[in-house]
Order: sequence, then structure tokens, then C-alpha cells
Amino acid sequence: MARDLAGALKHAPLRAPAPLFERPRAAGGIFDSQRGFMRALGGLVVVLVAVLPFLDASPYTISIATSALIYVMLCMGLNVVVGYAGLLDLGYIAFFAVGAYVSGIFTTVLGFPMWLALPATIAACIIAGIIIGAPTLRLRSDYLAIVTLGFGEIIRITANNLDITGGPSGIHGIPTWEFLGWSFADGFTIAGLEFPERVVFYYFVALVVIVVGVIGAGRLGKGKLGRAWKAVRDDEDAAEAMGINTYIAKISAYIIGAVWAGMAGQLMATHLSAISPNSFQFLYSALILMAVVLGGMGSTPGVIIGALFVSLAPELLRDFAEWRYLIFGILLVVVMLFRPAGLWPATAVLPWLKKRRPTPPPFTAAVGAYEPNEPAVEPSVMESVDGLPATDAEEGRRA
Amino acid sequence: MQLIWNGLIVGSFYALVALGYSMVYGIIKLLNFAHGDIYMLGAFVGFFTLSAFGISNETSIPLLLVILLLSMVTTGLIGVGIERIAYRPLRKSPRLAVLITAIGVSFTLEYGVRQIFGPNPEAFPIRLESAGFDIAGVRVTASQIVLVVIAAALMLVLAHIVERTRQGRAMRAIALDPQGAQLMGVNVNRVIAIVFFIGSSLAGAAGVMAGAYYGSIDFLMGFIIGLKAFTAAVIGGIGNLYGAMLGGLLLGLLESFGAAWFGGEWRDVFAFAFLILFLTFKPTGLLGARVVERM
Repeated sequence: MARDLAGALKHAPLRAPAPLFERPRAAGGIFDSQRGFMRALGGLVVVLVAVLPFLDASPYTISIATSALIYVMLCMGLNVVVGYAGLLDLGYIAFFAVGAYVSGIFTTVLGFPMWLALPATIAACIIAGIIIGAPTLRLRSDYLAIVTLGFGEIIRITANNLDITGGPSGIHGIPTWEFLGWSFADGFTIAGLEFPERVVFYYFVALVVIVVGVIGAGRLGKGKLGRAWKAVRDDEDAAEAMGINTYIAKISAYIIGAVWAGMAGQLMATHLSAISPNSFQFLYSALILMAVVLGGMGSTPGVIIGALFVSLAPELLRDFAEWRYLIFGILLVVVMLFRPAGLWPATAVLPWLKKRRPTPPPFTAAVGAYEPNEPAVEPSVMESVDGLPATDAEEGRRA
Repeated sequence: MQLIWNGLIVGSFYALVALGYSMVYGIIKLLNFAHGDIYMLGAFVGFFTLSAFGISNETSIPLLLVILLLSMVTTGLIGVGIERIAYRPLRKSPRLAVLITAIGVSFTLEYGVRQIFGPNPEAFPIRLESAGFDIAGVRVTASQIVLVVIAAALMLVLAHIVERTRQGRAMRAIALDPQGAQLMGVNVNRVIAIVFFIGSSLAGAAGVMAGAYYGSIDFLMGFIIGLKAFTAAVIGGIGNLYGAMLGGLLLGLLESFGAAWFGGEWRDVFAFAFLILFLTFKPTGLLGARVVERM
């Protein structure tokens, strides 16, 4: 019997049955699909970032916009660690400090050009990520939080005490970027439009942040490694059982977060041209974490919103400057209580798409042919079984 | 010897704060980030009460005890309130969410106090006299002895509560198995509130004592000691009361020696580096039991 079946199947290959009903066509317009809408929104934001200097090129605006972009970079890096891999890092600013100090030392003390300092920054951040990650990532989540906090303090106090980092006063006179003899300080003129240094630097930061920070980190989160991170975040034991090397996954998240922060640190060092240990207090670690949590852990649009909020709100609330950390604290508690997944959670669906229901399947011929009360056996067989006419049996069953 | 004595003083502060950390962690597995700020609040409650009565530069020990009790009750109630508002609704949430809430509470307390009392350090009104005498080559002041005695007394009371009373038995039962304890008729919410009360009041007591010992208080004083107390709790084995006491004293001694060997500015680095090393090699602490993490 089994051999007959196998033989029959060999000549009649299995085929998926034809669909019972037509699949609905893919959504066409921008507003009909989440992905299309997000892409359009992203394109719009990029255009806004690009035209900003044409709208308002005052040093104040450009400076704030540059800082905000650097914050976005930093938050996307922390998002990899906290949002994707679920490792609470309370000393994230330490990697920012490593990036800023390494690039500062390489350019001022050792006299390298800024772009040559970039490999050094990345290498230093990878090493820092491994140093702090390797021994601690086996720990449980809240131990990890406190160890990273301690690490952040260690970096800050070390920078405060060493001579090469300039002690409490920090490093001054960090030069801007220059490539093959052309420096950002020279400005840039094209088609009669003149771009001063700060605008050129702003565009440079915007390019790095959008390409590396947002798109790069976002795509990492969608790839194989990103799925491994999310699996580890959701259930470490199950992820390990599924063949993910959880240790490698966690430490790679850590290293990538560190490199992102280091690059942001280097941009910030160029932007401010002076750095000091006071810029790397625990407060800033907490603010970046807040941006990520407030926006929505693991969600690219959410994190960008959070980063812009955290960096721009103090400027908008300049009059309430003293209250802002109190407000931040209360806000953090309130958001966690009422919207634990953040303002724009990773699983968010656009509100007008939420009501969308799949169209009910139309009745096809196959469904219509089915009679609920059709007797399972031939009437003649039934007759012979209980000696009653089939029609009577039917009547009796219906009664 | 002098180093040992100084280390013991600081260590007894750490131990008192670490006890609260350890109790809360042991019972609901929450790292209460705001605990260090409760310590700060304790100092400010004492400061506020004394200032309201126009007392300053007082040296009497009975007054210190009264203020100590008052601060303990106040901070205990504040701790219960924080638990009720911020932590209880999230008890079933992922631990990351609760931890971040705790950071938010910590910020709120720090900057709330900053708004009320201003960002500058305040002079604590009770200042214990610093006249001292030598015992076996160690410079000891009467105030130090008073502080150590108070700390020891509080720890003894706590040990009695946890080991000998009904509530203490309920606490230990919840730490072992919250659902099981509830099935056995333990009022879990009530016991957790009591734990928060006790832990917070110990931190408040430590805050008042630190105010009287160092003479100045500010709104960020709780941050670093919160970290140190956590370090102490981890060294001793988190969730274990005697471990927290031992860890606090040990950390005080270590810091005292570390500062003497490497210089005062490296003291915190030394403490945190020690914490990281300790967690790497013995994450369960000196007296802790092995804990398996369940998400």
C-alpha cells in the first residue's frame, strides 16, 4: 500500500491547491501601506534636513541642528544595545567620551588629521566595548546595568585625573575635518552659493548620521544579526536552544553600540572643538536612555523622535531650564506607567491602517457546493442498515 | 589602624543603605535606583525640620536621635508611596521597564529636592563635636562612636524583625516564592510595603547620620552612595541581610585602603573596578545563594 502511494506520487507531483479566493491586491498609495508611508516620511525628513540651512543659516540654528543630529546618532547606537539586544546600558556616555577623547588626543596632541583619527576612534571603541562587555555580559540584566554605570563613572573620573586628557579642563582647540588639503574651515562655493564652515560641517554630520546612524543601524536590526539580537532580548534561553550564540550576539551588539557612540563622540568633539569630563556625566547617559525609552525601544522612528525631543526640548524650554530634569524624571515614570513601549513602539501600526480588516473571503464554487446536511453515506446503504426509507430517516433527523 | 577605623565608619553607612537595597531586591527582584535618593531625602528631612525650628550648630545627641526617628518615619512613608505609585503597577512588567521607572523616580527625587532647597550644598544643623581621644594609636571621636553604635543598633533591630517576627517570616517566604507565599495566606502587597518602609527608613537614618558626620548635604549626595551601596550589597551577596552588612563594612575598608594607596581621586574608580572584578569572578557574592534568572 505504502509503496503504491509512493509510486503514485512519483508520477503525480504534489501541487498546492488553487487558492479558494483571489488574494487582495497589494496596497497602491503611500497611505495604504506602512512601509511605503514610512519611506515617504523618511524621504521628507531628509529633504527637511537638507533645506534647513537655506531657511535659517544663523549660527545658533545650525549649531543646535548639528547637536540634534549627533544625538540621533548616539541614540541609534544605544538603541542597538537596549532596544534590539535588550541589554540595559547605563554608562553609554562612556563610549561617547572614548570617541571624543581619542579623536581629541589624536588631533591635538599627536597632530593627526581628523579623518585619520577615525580608525583610531573605532578601534578604541571596539576595545572599550570588549573590555566592558566580555566579563560582564554573562551577568544578569540588572547587574549589567550597574556595572555599565560604574564603567561610565570610571571613564569620567579617569579622564578627570589623567594628564593626557587635560584633567578637569579637558582638551581645547580640536581642529575640524580636512581631506587632502581641503578643510571644512575653507568653506565651499558651488554655483554662486557660498557655504560657510558650520554649514559644510552640518551637511557632513547629516550625511554620516543618516547613512551610517539611521539607515545603517536600522538595517542591521533587520538582518540576521538583528534577528539574533531580538531573539536574545525576548528569551535568551530559547534563543540559545535555537542555535544562536547568545554571547557573540550580545557582545556584537555592545561593540556596534560602542562604535556608533564613538563616531558620535568624534563628531561632537569636532563640533564643540573642546571637550571636558563634565560633558560625560551619568546625567547624559540617563538622558540618552530616556530618549530611547521615550521614543520606543527598538523602533527607528521612535528613537529619532526621542533623540530630537531630548536634544531640542532644553533649547525650547530655555526658560524652564532648572525644571527640565524634574520634568524629565516625572515624564519617564509617566511614560513607563502608561505607555511602556514608548511613544512610537517598534510594533506600531499607523492609526489609519489599524482599522483595516482583511476583506472576507468570497464564497467560491467549492464552498457553495458543500451541503451541511448531506448524508455521509448512500441512501441505499442506509436503507439496508436500519430498514427504514431514506426519506423518513432524513425527516426524523430534522425533526 | 586609623584606616580600618575610618573604613568602618564609612562602611556602616554603606551597610545601612545596602540593607534596603538588598531587602527590596531579595523580595521583588527590583534594583531600586531611587534608594540612594531616599538616603539624600533623609538628610534633607532632618535639615528641613531643624531649620524650621531655627536650630543650627547643635551638638546634642538626644536631639540627633529624635531627628533620626522622625526622618526614618518620613522616608519610610515616602518609600511606601513610591512603591505604591511607581513600582506596584509595573510588578508584572518586564524588569527593564521597572528599572527605567526607578531611574525616573531617582531623577524626580533629586531634581525635586533641588527645586525646593536649591542646588548648593546646605550645612547640616547638627554637627557632632569632633573632640577625640586616642585608643591604641587610633584617633576616635565621640561622634564616630555614636554613629557606629546607632548603626549597629539599627542592624540588630532589623535582624530581629526578619528572623524572629511573623512579618519577617512572611518576608522570607515571599523572597523564596511569592506565589507560594500568597497561597499560604501572606498578604504580599502589605509585606512588600513593609519592606519598602524598613529599607527606606534605614536609608533615611543613614542620610541623617551622614549629614551629622560630614556636616554638609546636597541633592546629588545620594547618587554615588547608591552605587556604592549596591556594590556593597553585591559583594555581600544580594538578597542576604548579613551579606549586605558584611559587604558594606568590607567596601568601606577597601575604599579606605584604596584611597591611601592610590590617592583620594582614584577612590571611586577603585570601588567600581572592584565591583566589576567581583561580579566577574563571584557574581553570587560572599554569602549569596546561586540565583537562576527567569524572565
